[in-house]
This record gives sequence, structure tokens and C-alpha cells, in this order.
Amino acid sequence: MKSSSRIATVFSLPKLTYRVWKVWLRNLDVFMKTYKVNFFPPLLEPIFYLVALGYGLGTLVQNIQGLPYINFIAPALIAISMMNSSFFECTYGSFVRMYFQKTFDAIITTPVSIEEVIAGELVWGATRSLISSSIVLGVVAAFGLVTSPLFLLIPFVAFLAGLMFSAIAMCFTSIAPNIDFFNYPAFLLITPMFLLSGTFFPLTDLPGFIQITAKAFLPLTHAVSLTRGLIVGDLESSLLISLIWIAAVTPVFFILSINLMKRKLIK
Amino acid sequence: MRVSFGSSSMGPEAFIKAQNLTKRYDDFLAVDSIDFEVFKGECCGFLGPNGAGKTTTIKMIHCVLPLTAGSLAVSGLDVSQSPREIKKMIGVAPQEENLDPDFTVMYNLLVYARYFDIPKSLALKRSDELLKFFQLEEKRNVIIDQLSTGMKRRLILARALINEPQILLLDEPTTGLDPQARHLIWDRIRSLKKQGVTIILTTHYMDEAAELCDHTLIMDNGKIIEEGKPADLVKKHIGEDVLEIDYDDKVRKDLQEKFPDARLEVVGDRIRVFTSQPHGVFESFLKDFPTKGAAIRNANLEDVFLKLTGRRLRE
Repeated sequence: MKSSSRIATVFSLPKLTYRVWKVWLRNLDVFMKTYKVNFFPPLLEPIFYLVALGYGLGTLVQNIQGLPYINFIAPALIAISMMNSSFFECTYGSFVRMYFQKTFDAIITTPVSIEEVIAGELVWGATRSLISSSIVLGVVAAFGLVTSPLFLLIPFVAFLAGLMFSAIAMCFTSIAPNIDFFNYPAFLLITPMFLLSGTFFPLTDLPGFIQITAKAFLPLTHAVSLTRGLIVGDLESSLLISLIWIAAVTPVFFILSINLMKRKLIK
Repeated sequence: MRVSFGSSSMGPEAFIKAQNLTKRYDDFLAVDSIDFEVFKGECCGFLGPNGAGKTTTIKMIHCVLPLTAGSLAVSGLDVSQSPREIKKMIGVAPQEENLDPDFTVMYNLLVYARYFDIPKSLALKRSDELLKFFQLEEKRNVIIDQLSTGMKRRLILARALINEPQILLLDEPTTGLDPQARHLIWDRIRSLKKQGVTIILTTHYMDEAAELCDHTLIMDNGKIIEEGKPADLVKKHIGEDVLEIDYDDKVRKDLQEKFPDARLEVVGDRIRVFTSQPHGVFESFLKDFPTKGAAIRNANLEDVFLKLTGRRLRE
């Protein structure tokens, strides 16, 4: 195949119908069967971080951008939960369903197509982001750290950012030869994002080229700044850039990941 | 309007029809330009060693694998044009167990019914009937992990029937099962055939094919090398009786003199003698040359299979 037509194939628009929701519903059913295990991590993890970093470390740190340290990191914890829940759902979770459980094979013998299966997985990953980050948001609110009614918009950010992280994750799943492969994106992409996206200290403290790299290539940077703006009620124009960045990147990876998965599964 | 050509218009119309059907993976030709027809209500068996192309052919019929070349039509619909319509009328029981491990027996059927847009109340009714049909009622609320291999197989068959398919594709339906479970499944397959379901099955068990299939296709290296009714194939390639006898140079010489036209096959320390002569020739031979360890048995489909595909291990 010529390289130009190969590129056209991976970016061709997938045909999707309402059957995407049947795949989403199947994952929701599994999630609800094990909801106790699923609800605890997003409930407990932010409490540990807020107590240890916010109260503990925070007493040694001066205000950042006029915010006490605990208020600075609280929105980041929400954004991090968007990233973690959706990214791991569409790497480890999807890989287990695809490779070990053969769930995709079972579904595509019905009128549901492979494109719809993958789209359903991606929308489910976005839903996981919505669920997890809403729980973290609840914890942050319980600590009294939500200071603006704009926080009501966070679920929309969570779904959109979740869809983006899911689609990026699915691209890794499409090239993963085995499940251990996911250690690479976890350490080379997720960990740097966790630390270097304006999460626990402002990006402006870093050397210029790292700031530029973070803003240009690390999706979490934009999820963090949007979430922080909505929690604190500080709407800068840079938030619009973050929103546009996510809105532009998401459809590209959404389409790419579906086509890459199709190529992997349908030979 | 259908244009008919001579005598071919007299026969029934093929329900599934493949012409020059080909599937190539990079440098491996899995299915090599095959033609076949399956008629409504018949049970058609695909036989062949591992890697012969059976599963690949099955997957092309239910529109999961795209064709490399040729054409394949199911109920007059092209597999590459109308996959959803075709998948709606097909039930598939795959070789690999792919039930949903997080759900119960019943819920596996209900979730699967949802993919076919079957309303909940109808799905419940059908699931109840199917669990009864496959003797799984008691396991209704059991999680998949706790089922035996035989129960999982039966559930996969039940799941394949949730959309009341006109065509049932069974990829090695009884591999690894105990005789009780196999006979239960055979019984259910026969009962479905009686209800008019068209069945395509692949199997490595020649007794299974002889038991269930009206028509068999023997595949090897991606090609169909022989086809016909099981009984006809046995008669054509092997004959009626097979003599098995302990190996001995003298016996071998005697056999060759007595049956110059027969095919002698030496495997391990046994000689097998295949002849086209009628029933009874071996009895008279044994009367003249009493030999230890001799046995006369009916020729069967396994003899045909080994003759046509050889004894070389494939994997």
C-alpha cells in the first residue's frame, strides 16, 4: 500500500450507529456489578493527597497565584483522575477485553461493527473519567476547596478530556504486542504528565522549553488549567486556548484509534 | 428476474454460495479460490487438518473477515455489502470460549440479545427457553467462571440461538467435551436441523461429521480437495471393509498375493488393508491364513480423511 493511501485509511471517517451505546451499556453493566471496588480509589486517593500534600507539605509552601497550596493542588487532583481513569480503562481494560476475554470477537458476530465496539470503549472511557472526577470533585468540595459556581461545568470538561485520553490510550492498545507494553506509556507519558502539567507547582517555575513542551504536547496541562479556572472562578483567555486544544486533538485521536484498532483486529 | 441456464435451474437455489473465495494474509494463502454451495436446511461439515482454512472460511461467511478475492453470498446478499443484514440471520458458536466472565449465565444471554435489538421481554422469554433446551436452567444465576467446559459450550450454543438464526455456524462445537456432553450437543444439533436451521460445522471428529452432516467438504492447504455425502465418500475412497492385522513380513507377502489391487498401509506395527472388493473377502482370507491380532471393521470417514490429507502432523 502507498503511504499516502495508508494515511488516508487511518484517518477515514468511521461509520457509527446507535449500536455504540450497546457496547457502552455492556461496560456500564460490568462496572455496576463491581461498583464498590470502582468507587473506593477515586474517593480515598484525593483524601490522602489533600491531607499529605495540602495540609502537610502545604504549610511549608507560600501561596501560589494568590492561592493557598491546598487550593492550588485540589483542581489538579480532579484533572489527574480524569486522565488516570480513562487512560487505564482504554489500555489495560480494553486490552483485557480484547485479548484475554475475547469480548470484542463475541460482539462483532452480532450486527455491531468493530468500529462501533471501539467507539463504545472510548465513550465508556470518557464516562469513567466523568464518574471518577465527579467523586474527586465531591471530596474537594467536602474539604471546602470549591470557590466558584463554575465548578458545575467540570463534568463537561471531564467527559471531553476523558474522551481525549481514552483515544490516545486506544492508540497504544492498537500497537501493544502484550499487556506489559503499557508500562512504557505509563512511565514515559502518564508520569511526566502527572508531575509536569502545572499540577503540584506552576508551570512558570520551570525552564522555558519545558513550559512550551508541556503546553504544546502534554494534554493534562490543558485539563488542569481548565479545571483550576472553573474551581477558582478565574476565567483567563488562556482557558479558551486549552479548550480549543482539547477539542482539536480529541477527534483526531478518536478517528485514528478506531482505524488503528480495526487494522489490528480485522486482518 | 433470474435468468436460468439449462438443468441448473431445476435444483434448489443455494443458500450460501462461494465462488473463487480467497483469503490471503501477507504471504500466507489461507483460503485458495474455493467454490461451494450450502442449501437451506442442510448440515454441511467442513473437515480438514489444523490450518486447512476452515475457521477462516467460517469467519468470512459471518462477515468478520473481509475477502481477498472472489465472491460470497448469504441468502442472496453479498457479505461485503450487507454485513449487518447477514449477521442478523446468523448465529455463531466460535471455537474459543468468549463468554462475558463478569456476568451470570442468564445475563450473558440478555446482553447478547441487546446487540441484536431484541426487546427485553422477548429476550427473557427466549433465554428461558434456550436454558431449558440446553439443560442449563439450574445454572441460570451462576457466574461463568464456575461452569464446567461442557456447560460453557452449551451456553455458547444457546447464545448463538438468541436471535433465532436461519444459519448456525458451529466451529468445533464439541472439542474437549466428555461423551455425555457431546451426545447432548449432537442431539440438540439434530433437533435444530429438524426445525429447518441451516448448519455449517467444522470438526476434527470424523464420527461427528458422519453422524450429523448431510454433506461434507474436506479442506487441506486452503483448498477443497473432496466433497460429498459422508457415506458416498467412504464408498468411493475406501470401500466397505478394512482389515487390520499385526505386522509380519510373511503376512504382508500373503496379503499382496491375495489382494494385488488392494492398498496396504503400514503404520507402527499394524498393517491396514483397503480394498474395493465387496463385503466378505477378508473373512475368507482369514480362514485360509489364520493370523493373530486380525480384525475386520467397517470403513469410515476417518479412513477417507487420512487417505486424502495424509498422516503428516500439521503443527
